[in-house]
Amino acid sequence: MSKYLVNLKINNIPVSVEEGTTILDAAKQLNFKIPTLCNHPDLSIAGNCRVCVVEVKGQRLLAASCATPVSEGMEISTNSEKVRSSRKHVIELLLSEHNADCTKCYKNGNCELQELSNEYRVGDHLFLDLVRAKDKIVDISSPSIAKDDSKCIRCQRCVRTCDELQAVGALAVVHKGDHQKISTFLNKPLNEVVCTNCGQCINRCPTAALTERNYIEEVWNAINNPEIHVVVQTAPAVRVGLGEDLGLEPGHRVTGKMVAALKHLGFDSVLDTDFTADLTIMEEGTELLTRLKKALVDGEKVALPMMTSCSPGWIKFQEHIYPNLLENLSTCKSPQQMFGALAKTYYAQKKGLNPKNMISVSIMPCTAKKFECDRPEMRSSGFQDVDYVLTTRELARMIKQAGIDFEKLHDENYDSILGESTGAAVIFGATGGVMEAALRTAYEIVTGREVPFTNLNILPARGMQGVKEASVRINNVLPQWSFLEGVELNVAIAHGLANAKVLMDAVSAGTANYHFIEVMACPGGCIGGGGQPIPTSPEIRKKRADAIYSEDEHMTLRKSHENPEVQQIYKDFLHEPLGHKSHDLLHTHYKARKRY
Amino acid sequence: MENKTLKKIDLIFAGYTSTKYKVLEKTFQKTPDEIINEVLDSGLKGRGGAGFPTGLKWKFTKNQESDVKYVVCNADEGEPGTFKDREILERVPRKVFSGMAICGRAIGAKEGYLYLRGEYTYLVPSLLKEIEIFEEYSKQYNYGFKIFIRLGSGAYICGEESALFESMEGKRGEPRNKPPYPTVSGYNSKPTVINNVETFATVQVICKIGAQEYKKLGTTDSRGSKLFSVSGDTPIAGIHELELGMPLQEFVDEFGDGDTKAVQVGGASGHCVPRKQFNQTVIGFEGIPTGGSMMVFNSSRSMYNVLHDYLEFFTEESCGQCTPCRVGCQQLLKGIEAVKRGERPPSYLEDLKRLAQTMKIAAKCGLGQSVANPFNSIIDNFREEIIY
Repeated sequence: MSKYLVNLKINNIPVSVEEGTTILDAAKQLNFKIPTLCNHPDLSIAGNCRVCVVEVKGQRLLAASCATPVSEGMEISTNSEKVRSSRKHVIELLLSEHNADCTKCYKNGNCELQELSNEYRVGDHLFLDLVRAKDKIVDISSPSIAKDDSKCIRCQRCVRTCDELQAVGALAVVHKGDHQKISTFLNKPLNEVVCTNCGQCINRCPTAALTERNYIEEVWNAINNPEIHVVVQTAPAVRVGLGEDLGLEPGHRVTGKMVAALKHLGFDSVLDTDFTADLTIMEEGTELLTRLKKALVDGEKVALPMMTSCSPGWIKFQEHIYPNLLENLSTCKSPQQMFGALAKTYYAQKKGLNPKNMISVSIMPCTAKKFECDRPEMRSSGFQDVDYVLTTRELARMIKQAGIDFEKLHDENYDSILGESTGAAVIFGATGGVMEAALRTAYEIVTGREVPFTNLNILPARGMQGVKEASVRINNVLPQWSFLEGVELNVAIAHGLANAKVLMDAVSAGTANYHFIEVMACPGGCIGGGGQPIPTSPEIRKKRADAIYSEDEHMTLRKSHENPEVQQIYKDFLHEPLGHKSHDLLHTHYKARKRY
Repeated sequence: MENKTLKKIDLIFAGYTSTKYKVLEKTFQKTPDEIINEVLDSGLKGRGGAGFPTGLKWKFTKNQESDVKYVVCNADEGEPGTFKDREILERVPRKVFSGMAICGRAIGAKEGYLYLRGEYTYLVPSLLKEIEIFEEYSKQYNYGFKIFIRLGSGAYICGEESALFESMEGKRGEPRNKPPYPTVSGYNSKPTVINNVETFATVQVICKIGAQEYKKLGTTDSRGSKLFSVSGDTPIAGIHELELGMPLQEFVDEFGDGDTKAVQVGGASGHCVPRKQFNQTVIGFEGIPTGGSMMVFNSSRSMYNVLHDYLEFFTEESCGQCTPCRVGCQQLLKGIEAVKRGERPPSYLEDLKRLAQTMKIAAKCGLGQSVANPFNSIIDNFREEIIY
């Protein structure tokens, strides 16, 4: 449907924009920057911070440019006296209820309020300090997320994130007037509510009201203890995000530099979660084929569609919201936890280490992994399998602390063992990646041929649509897979829990006809994870995803079952997918949780 | 200026006889456009205080293309010092429902909602009884219009029309961005006419006596009469229907106790008029408009305390959504306290007035925008009382 063009003037410059465009976006087209706080490209329009007000000729009231559509003949000033003084007032008001301990603040240097306050030279303490002592008590009940109400500016970006993108609703606005704040059901601590620990609220918080729980000091202590052997694993999405926190533009692949930096930091062994991503494909692929066999041949009642289990935010979402579908979740642990279990068993044996003297650290694009490593189920090695989880942002901070000139580092390779990977593993970092990797392997196992997609790129699984569907017809199968002959394998992919909810409602209602569903809790998959560099936007996530697929294209091996270390571990240690050892170390179970 | 004198009127509460909903039979013989023209012609402006021409609102809503439209009656009477809607709903609810039904016919709505403030819950049984009677008539004459009651929970902000819709939809009562206005997207995002209780009752009056008769009352800008909730230092507190356009001096002569030093016109969010301005102040849209609240203060009252009370009220009743209102109200309140205690110089009041000015143009809704009215008028006229 074509839209009408609307003619208007901004700061005396004429411009024509499509009907329905906001004043803010129209001004952008003319390269006039209007400051914003409550506005975010991923979220609905709130219009509540009032920083973006502009003057419209002939109107008594200023207009919130983010929330006001253009109309014919409008004459707008983005920087009149009225606008400037109001905007400055708004910033001063926000600062008066904000605990502005900037030099000591975790977000110092990456805070939208600080930036605005600097731009507008707000420094004369016009207003009285309104920060309450009780708001300075930070909620650190969650192992993933810290909530500091004294830093909150009530823009409600977190509330909209939790509601619109994630359909979780753990955060909400409570009370009114001077007591209005962002809180949880009955003001309970974050670890006692439906929060999935996904951290998307952190990614969109303009200040330090929501931050990750950081474990940097704990990791430094481990590194600096000569008695302890510290292994570190890095998730696929970290290598396409880390650069953003170290001065590079979004979309840079920094795998080799990241490995070099980790070695500089003093980790004893720098290994790759991608290895266990490949392993996940072997285990999960086999699990899917087993479930299909039970359903199609043995006539057994098995839970289908099977659903991926790599994303701990998604897992906790299911435990809270769809406990009826827990059976559908693959029993495979996430790659992080598979890695943890193997590090303190297989790796320790091979290296002659006592797992008691090991600390296992993982670098994740994710805050939910901090919660996951703490789960009681995740101690199959006899120890806590993964001791500390750092986000991409925390790693960047350590690199800065160590004084490493990241951009000048020479690429280095992962250590061995548990360092080898394929292109199928790296695409785990983008939505649809697990599905694509699984199909590359499963199709080949069943038919003996490569998947029928050019250059192994399964394009229907890629891209940023909220829910993607694909079907693959399986023909000319190998004899032992004859029950799959002619079967049309239906798969679906969702990223962002609000999209997952759409699929889950369909599955619960029995109207979905899928065999396999991939869900990632975060928009865009792990590349948009709650531990990735701030800011985030659809454009930034697109660039990170492009980088992930380019990383895949540059790998020699691009199918999980071809990973030589994976083949080796089955020969030496695990023996077979879904075997006894796998069951003990690589698989887990889930528990139903209440909504409140 | 048209010279009006204080004149007591009896239209709203008058003529409540046993002939039920007779006015509907008469009015529904007209076309929707004729009804709207009648209301337009009467010059009726919204009786909630903002004073938007009622007929125009109806016309805009009628012109919207939509299968579903709504009529909503705002009975969230929350403005401090206003208590006339309660009286109307207690004594003449039939007039309100008639007005709503007439509106429904005019704009093409099948459903009307009465949004009743939580504190008026005790009215529900009698209102439901009246709704039953209305629906009998509705059925008998095939009007096809149904009326429902929705209860508020006591938040002042839910009297703001878009926050009221949010509340009706089961959400937190926070004002929406405008545009779109209710005439385009109101309750359930459908075109909606939302009017005050008294507005609907007045529509019934106009349809009964005719616009020609009605507009003989009042002035060019302020047609007709309206109810005033008179309170404070007055020997005759209560509800009085008066012709619009009278000078405030005459009002004070009638209702004051002989020692009146100020009248707060239009409730906490209205203007404070000091004695020296009584003569030149007209009560009406050409002067100081009011939703009906007239608070009379005599010389025993501290205007600092009055302003302090108002600011405490706004600080608590702001929805908290937008910065100018949420934080601005707190700063105005703490600011005058600081000046009173000598912690800030008297000149800080100028800073606060500038802040109030920002709130007036930058706040999201009428609540934050109108705090400047009492603030500036009290500071300007009673500066000494604030400082010392």
